[in-house]
Amino acid sequence: MQNKIFDAVNCVRSFGHGKKFMTAVDDITFDIKDGEIVSLVGGSGCGKSVLAKMMLGLYKPTSGTFLYRGKPITDHKAHWREVQSVFQDPFSCFNQFFTIRSQLKAAFGIYKEKPSDKEMEERVDRALLAVNVKPSEVEGKYPFELSGGQMQRMLLARIFVLRPQVLIADEPTSMVDACVRANILDYLMKLKHELSMTIVFITHDIGLAYYVSDRLFIMHKGKIVEQGPPEEVTTSPKSEHTVQLLEDIPDVNREWIKRA
Amino acid sequence: MKLFKNLLKSPMFVFGASLFSLVLFAAFVVPFFYDISQVTRVGNPYDAPSGKYLLGLDHLGRDYVVLLLRGLRSSLYVGLLAGVIATVLGTLIGLIAGFKGGLIDDVLSALTNLFVVIPQLVLLILISTSIGESGRSLTLIAVIIGLTGWTWSARSVRAQSSAIKSKDHISLARLNGDGGIRILLVHILPYLFSYVFMVFIILISAGILSESAISMIGLGPVDTQSLGTILNDAKNNGALTDGYWYAFLPATGIIISIALSLYLINTSMDGVFNPRMRK
Repeated sequence: MQNKIFDAVNCVRSFGHGKKFMTAVDDITFDIKDGEIVSLVGGSGCGKSVLAKMMLGLYKPTSGTFLYRGKPITDHKAHWREVQSVFQDPFSCFNQFFTIRSQLKAAFGIYKEKPSDKEMEERVDRALLAVNVKPSEVEGKYPFELSGGQMQRMLLARIFVLRPQVLIADEPTSMVDACVRANILDYLMKLKHELSMTIVFITHDIGLAYYVSDRLFIMHKGKIVEQGPPEEVTTSPKSEHTVQLLEDIPDVNREWIKRA
Repeated sequence: MKLFKNLLKSPMFVFGASLFSLVLFAAFVVPFFYDISQVTRVGNPYDAPSGKYLLGLDHLGRDYVVLLLRGLRSSLYVGLLAGVIATVLGTLIGLIAGFKGGLIDDVLSALTNLFVVIPQLVLLILISTSIGESGRSLTLIAVIIGLTGWTWSARSVRAQSSAIKSKDHISLARLNGDGGIRILLVHILPYLFSYVFMVFIILISAGILSESAISMIGLGPVDTQSLGTILNDAKNNGALTDGYWYAFLPATGIIISIALSLYLINTSMDGVFNPRMRK
């Protein structure tokens, strides 16, 4: 039997008090196994990003249990040595007052003992090459001097630097054009094969999720309304929300938006 | 550098900066050519301006140019010291309140609001009176002004820091293993620099004005002259009723020039920095 990476039982996360009270993640039970690619698919505000932050240990569940490798997340630094994330908006992810390179090196901060300076530089170089960026191209450059696609690749380079066991990819392709998107997915697959990583892929695009995942979780209003292998979910959806998500994919031969 | 070029395009900045340079020139360059080391009697009380004493003499027959230059230096010193204290204190309180949120934010915000509603001048008067004649030095007054004037910087910095806190680069910094203090100083404070700098300029100006105000009503420093004490002397010795304009107009003019120039610099910077974060 494969090891369980994440194991959530009756997990709830709510915010605010009184009138502002809202439940972002509502009574979720699931598990993610080692080496899987799982996609969390859902529309805006369905709670998928909150769930991602719970996996990163940035939020604690309000009730229920949320386990990583069988234990609750207590030591954050230790957790982040194994679980890392790629965020949605590459432009806001880096501190604009420091060079990209120094920020890639800053990622070594999660280690108890940093490798030698030479080794850090080498690992940064190798990571940059892994995402097809020549180290000289970003030498001395600041975040605002790069394009969106380059920035997104820098976020991935950070993952190549750290080589975590689990990657939470929170809509890594939503801010870049279709051409760059294919590249990004390529790099994700490369990571998966090189490091035999577990990837949690968060997206609103069920079509994209279908191509990359081993399993799909469909989320709606904080609940997982359907889960299963991509073929099964897409060919014989059981939930109306899944049907809705499938219908929202634009199709060349079908009327998509009804014009008034 | 580009920022500076844009600043130079603003007539408001050019005027403000020139005026302030003039003030600095008077305070730090003129004394090399005009001896201000001695404050002594050189003529009769309220002698009118003459070729030798350009701005006349005060009620004790002392040269007003000497008094004003010394007073200007004291006022700038008070403004700078009070400005630094108020800016550092306010920025720290604002940063922590905005970043930590929750109970710490509530407590610090309550403290800030408490200081906002107490009029600073009343507080200054009360503290200055209770210290008494003997202890009131220039430095002490600057410290008091600084310790009571930090509220504005705290409020504005708090708002900015709580807005930046939720940005992605903060989450990423946490995933890099950075601690709270490092995040505050490295990932939040730099984004607020232009803002803090503008607050600092306004607080210098406010410090100079506050010092003049309490000195003019007789609660100023006893160990030296300041622009406020010159006004206080003029008021106490009949200059206003007897029409000795040179006793109070120059000092008032200098105070207004400093405050106006700093205000203009601040306003023009506001337009140029155009912080995207303040949308």
